[in-house]
Amino acid sequence: MPAGTLYRGREGMWSWVAHRVTGVLIFFFLFVHVLDTALVRVSPEAYDDVVATYKTPVVNVMEYGLVAAILFHALNGLRVIAVDFWSKGARYQKQMLWSVVTIWLVLMGGAFYPVLQHTLRTLFGS
Amino acid sequence: MSAETTTPATDNVSLYDVDNPAPVIEPPRARTKKTPKSTRTNFELYGWLFMRLSGVVLVVLVLGHLLIQLVLDGGVSKIGFAFVAGRWASPFWQAWDLIMLWLAMLHGANGLRTVINDYAERPKTRFWLKNLLYAATVFTVLLGTLVIFTFDPNIR
Repeated sequence: MPAGTLYRGREGMWSWVAHRVTGVLIFFFLFVHVLDTALVRVSPEAYDDVVATYKTPVVNVMEYGLVAAILFHALNGLRVIAVDFWSKGARYQKQMLWSVVTIWLVLMGGAFYPVLQHTLRTLFGS
Repeated sequence: MSAETTTPATDNVSLYDVDNPAPVIEPPRARTKKTPKSTRTNFELYGWLFMRLSGVVLVVLVLGHLLIQLVLDGGVSKIGFAFVAGRWASPFWQAWDLIMLWLAMLHGANGLRTVINDYAERPKTRFWLKNLLYAATVFTVLLGTLVIFTFDPNIR
């Protein structure tokens, strides 16, 4: 294969890839999440047992990852809507993606302690 | 000199004639016997529109849900049966969760349908993957709806 012929895309393609990957991950979580919530119809103990796994450090970190996926999917989804419905949307799609990334980074920074506080308190005391 | 003599000779001259006919090109989107009649609707247009409309609503519903469940008031620490019972005592949060469940499941199912259509190339694989997706979606939506409507805080 000749070198340099692989299409690696740019902002538009990579945001599309990330939108797909996060969307599929969120859907699988949603499926599991409805199942675990359904345990409130079994017994309070059954529900609290499964919620206890959500409070373990590993799953708590995965929750931070879930927040990351949902925030990106939500912000980039608004960008997609702007590209489709705003007359200048396509022209500013790159700038809008970098705005999405910036807002995402700020929100992820703000969510770090609140989301992970259970694990931080368990591991480091107080 | 007139314009006629400067016109290139190859223009307007057919490469084909009776003995050397042009190849027949099938219309790119010709419908065959296998093309289902049901594709003659605007389903994909409405699906596209639904993704955008439900998406805007879900941004509010899901981010609000995340804020309450994972960010405010101790994060995941406070979640338990009692917390769920407290929230579902209010019809407002019941309605919030019900609308969120339906919109998120339909939004996610339509997204996964697109992904399956894009990557599963064999017709049989597409058929079974989509049927699995639809079955899981109907099951999850009905189960979640049942749980919200029949929730009993005094179950024990």
